Amino acid sequence: MTGPAHIFDKPNRYIGQPEPRADAARLLQGRGRFVDDEKLPRMVHAAFVRSPHAHAKILSVDTEDALSATGVIAIYTGADLAEHVTPYIGTLTHLTGLRSAPQHPLAMDVARWQGEPVVMVVATSRALAEDACELVDVDYDELPAAVNSETALDADTPVIHPEFGSNLAWERDVIAGDIDAAFAAPGVHVIEREFRFGRHTGVTLESRGTLCEYDPSEDQLTVYYSGQAPHMMQVIFSKHLGLPEENVRVISNDVGGSFGIKIHTYGDEIATAAAAKLLRRPVKFIADRFESFVTDIHARDHIVKAKMGITEAGTIVGIDFDDLTGIGPFSMYPRTSAIECNQVLNLTGAPYVMENYRAKGRVVFQNKTLMCQYRAVGHPIAMAIADGLLEDAARKIGMDPVALRELNLMADDSYPRTSATGMKLDDLSHKRALRKLTEIMDYQGLRADQTEARKDGIYRGIGFVSMVEVTNPSPMFYGIGGAPIASQDGATVRLDAGGALHVSSSITEQGQGTNAILAQIAAGVFGIALNRVKVTTGDTATTPYGGGTWASRGAGIGGEAMLLAAQALKDQVLDVAGVMLQTGVEKLDIRDGAVTDLDGKERLPLADLARTVYYRGNELPNDLNPELIATRHYRVTDFPFVFTNGAMAAHVEVDTETGFVKVLHFWAVEDCGRVINPLLVDEQIRGGVVQGIGGALYEECHYSPDGQFLNATMADYMVPMASEMPDITIAHIETPTKTSVLGAKGAGEAGTGGAPAAILNAVNDALSPMGASIWQMPMTPERILTMLDNAAE
Amino acid sequence: MSRSIDIKLRVNGEDVGATVPARLNLVDFLREELCLTGSHVGCEHGVCGACTLTVDGDTVRGCLMLATQANGKEVTTIEGLADSGQSTALQAAFTKRNALQCGFCTPGMLASALGYVNAGGAADRDAIRQHISGNYCRCTGYQSIVDAICDVIKETRT
Amino acid sequence: MKAPDFDYLRPSSLDVALAMLIEHDGEAMPLAGGQSLMPMMNFRVAAPEALIDLADLTELRGITVDTDTVRIGAMTRYAELMSDPTVQAHIPLIGMALPHIAHDAVRNRGTIGGSLALADPAAEMPALMLALDASIEVAGPDGTRMIKADDFFLGMFETALDDELITAIHVPVATPAQRFGFHELTQRHGDYALAGVAIAKTDDSYCAAFFGVADRATRVPELEAALTRQDNIKTVLTHLDQIDFTDDLKANHTTRQRLAGVALTRALKGMTQ
Repeated sequence: MTGPAHIFDKPNRYIGQPEPRADAARLLQGRGRFVDDEKLPRMVHAAFVRSPHAHAKILSVDTEDALSATGVIAIYTGADLAEHVTPYIGTLTHLTGLRSAPQHPLAMDVARWQGEPVVMVVATSRALAEDACELVDVDYDELPAAVNSETALDADTPVIHPEFGSNLAWERDVIAGDIDAAFAAPGVHVIEREFRFGRHTGVTLESRGTLCEYDPSEDQLTVYYSGQAPHMMQVIFSKHLGLPEENVRVISNDVGGSFGIKIHTYGDEIATAAAAKLLRRPVKFIADRFESFVTDIHARDHIVKAKMGITEAGTIVGIDFDDLTGIGPFSMYPRTSAIECNQVLNLTGAPYVMENYRAKGRVVFQNKTLMCQYRAVGHPIAMAIADGLLEDAARKIGMDPVALRELNLMADDSYPRTSATGMKLDDLSHKRALRKLTEIMDYQGLRADQTEARKDGIYRGIGFVSMVEVTNPSPMFYGIGGAPIASQDGATVRLDAGGALHVSSSITEQGQGTNAILAQIAAGVFGIALNRVKVTTGDTATTPYGGGTWASRGAGIGGEAMLLAAQALKDQVLDVAGVMLQTGVEKLDIRDGAVTDLDGKERLPLADLARTVYYRGNELPNDLNPELIATRHYRVTDFPFVFTNGAMAAHVEVDTETGFVKVLHFWAVEDCGRVINPLLVDEQIRGGVVQGIGGALYEECHYSPDGQFLNATMADYMVPMASEMPDITIAHIETPTKTSVLGAKGAGEAGTGGAPAAILNAVNDALSPMGASIWQMPMTPERILTMLDNAAE
Repeated sequence: MSRSIDIKLRVNGEDVGATVPARLNLVDFLREELCLTGSHVGCEHGVCGACTLTVDGDTVRGCLMLATQANGKEVTTIEGLADSGQSTALQAAFTKRNALQCGFCTPGMLASALGYVNAGGAADRDAIRQHISGNYCRCTGYQSIVDAICDVIKETRT
Repeated sequence: MKAPDFDYLRPSSLDVALAMLIEHDGEAMPLAGGQSLMPMMNFRVAAPEALIDLADLTELRGITVDTDTVRIGAMTRYAELMSDPTVQAHIPLIGMALPHIAHDAVRNRGTIGGSLALADPAAEMPALMLALDASIEVAGPDGTRMIKADDFFLGMFETALDDELITAIHVPVATPAQRFGFHELTQRHGDYALAGVAIAKTDDSYCAAFFGVADRATRVPELEAALTRQDNIKTVLTHLDQIDFTDDLKANHTTRQRLAGVALTRALKGMTQ
């Protein structure tokens, strides 16, 4: 070897290794620190009176009895808090035309969804606060509600914000080529389906929660916050509570799952901070499960009328669709609620070569819980539209769905290129991924099994999806539109006197293994044993400034910043070592905690170097002032975001008597660029797949026609449990992104984005002998039986 | 009046005495009065399994039992399982298999898993899946948890 | 949500417990295993003035068997039923059903008496009692009486109890000639069933009790007669029309009727030999 060992191929080669997480032991011993585990002196508890109506005028609020109840400290109405909190509006300038109304932490004159906080009660315990909530008398005048998105724009539907004149929040058209001409061309089959995607929600096992502490002596607000974006929340608390940004500290210790739920401005959390400020004592609010269901953001709720044109030979000529989505009564602040629809418009059909494309998206207000960005924003819809139609087309023209994909997928050597909607694509491997998938699943064997089973009246199906995932977003995602959301992230690496590294980063840990991969990158790049790296994340006071962990950006952006910082510290240490050892730095390396020669022979333990620098600086030349700390930041520059790709397959069995679907097995081949830790990536993809299966088969927020959430319990809202979930085989293709040295793209959302389409296709494959098909998710037993009945008639 | 009640119980091997409100459930008592925050509260209606702990050797839902019902009983939380070494093998296997992500379900999942292992459950994936199907995990795909439990059974019975 | 406040009473004998029940005049609720009551209180759907914890009533415990009847104390937990050799040997139908009821941690607390007193139409236990021709032994201010399972369940969460407590359940010992079947359809293991049925066949006559389908656990005499006559299954299933099937979010009445038919067909196929 002629130079320093490369970061991906050296003795401390942690990048790419299945290293167990260092912080697992802590969580396994019950030593996690979640928000509700924090207890502060003089702490009091908040509970909320919430609107029982989907839409109602608030005529009066009588708090007299509640105020005299045991343990009550304070009660606030919307008007009370409006004096201390400025309203917020969920719009962004790059989503042209998006509109939303000002929101207050508590409803002011009108409540616009069932569950909207109306009155806040603070008491010495949560139980006493709830007791007092029952004594608050709110007089409502119930108003007609706009619930159904399909009628939201009708003339006789109540307009939720009269100043807008209609319930339209946003609309956008995307047009490429000439879809009408393409569909009208001779020999082109046009497949048409109406897809319905149910409303579902994140159901983080740890519900939302916050503990806010205000110190008037320093005008300092400290927020313990279960969330994904501490710096964003710092800005929001500062801006709307009138505090200097530097006087707000947001701390996210352990976060019990997030999935995009805990990254928004929730009225009850803002109210908790306001109460802490007004009361000058710590106030804790932990949402209970009912509150989680009716206030955590929901997602999906799309109705899509879609067409695909395909030639007899199997060439896709184009896709044409109309997407209608209901987002609740406001666009969520600050990320807005138009992003999911926008993603559907941008991503549908992105794996395929396609000349003609026409898509219309409409986002409407309705009196339901707000909708916003939940894991795999828009992806499950976009993938189901394109791949659902593709497999439908395959049946129509009598072609194998894998062969049809082979024909239409973008070639692996055709990048960089753009999609039909103008998305910049690079470093993708659709065809390799699909081939690998068919190999690991034994596709031909499964088809043979399917044929045999059908003879016995057993209906199995195989369904695929070829997908893209948006990861590593650049400033073009939010920042460009005016959101206080950092698109860059920073990392600091410090060599301590004992020879260990202390690193910190602005990306956050919600269970993905963020801290583990940061340590792996730092240790591997710098050259030290993994167990000598300590990691700090989730604290605006002690980490570099950055965006946090969302949109599958942690590893790709935060990881790259860590790589750059570790490399910078290494260069600095070698400079010092060169002086101390009187050796040219080009002849030195760092391996396993020591400065070495290039052949690995130890020259100077890092602890000796650090102690000399910190304790005995007199031994160094006066013009050498090493800091032994380095910070680097990174953002994606040449692309709006970095796409990944994957190919997945589901094997299901449909019980045609009951409509029950059993998922027999699932396979996912994912290309997320460089895999930093396969142990973590694999189970994260599996978890994502299981959430996707949840959306496909089980999960749905049911509403009555007047806007009542009907299944807001964990017994009635069905999440996937272990018994029904299949084993999931994961394989990787690694095409590192050229946008970074690390080459990592995101992987967190792929499973959730792709699995629904694969399950849909598998169910429809199983149903095909009966001539039945289903295009609504979740695919419940009743819906499947109805489709079978319809086909039989 | 009987709305607050004196109780005596053993928690993780230590004698504990307290006066508790009648309505206080066991998991809130452990978390708030004893600061044993390892047991988590996920739904308060007995479905999610996050509060699963052990009373007199049996797994129970900590949210579906009053603190006062634990009077005279022996309660073991995740802290007790960990400190006594009862869950050491499972902890090691969960770490090796990455059978946890956010860690919020983990204490309850471990308690259920330990119940299965201690009852002589087989290294049968379907049986394990069925046994832990009262414990909700939103992060993993459950597979790594099943793998970890299988590992422990295979290791301890060979 | 936290439960509303209540008085906690812990009687040491059945008589004291019954006196407490009368004293509170409908405002007190007995607490057995609490696996259904506690969630309702934690949702503030149930807000009793007082809870009467039956934990210390030794009269409500124990499983005994005489020549033709097994007596199961009302406070017997599901887990105890599962591990009890008497129950396994003499009431195989209960053994077939228990693994489908919730999960370990719930079965370790939930009691047979609590389930029957609640009379949840989706629960398995009431239907098992109907199928087994069990009798419910109850104690009240006027003493003890036996209520046939057929007369016990009056509607959704409604029973024949009148200021009374269930003290025990009497189940006939299975005869060598009896055969049993059980099937339930749930999307997730341990959930309440979309439809389920428990069957006991004595000589040639059938008793089939459905659950999860209507406002209470339900038998259909015409359907049982058709089974006894060995009518073909299509004819048998037409008698399901007699049931007033429930409509809810998980299945409408049409689907429920169809699923009840599937459950019955499959339970018949899986009868003990």
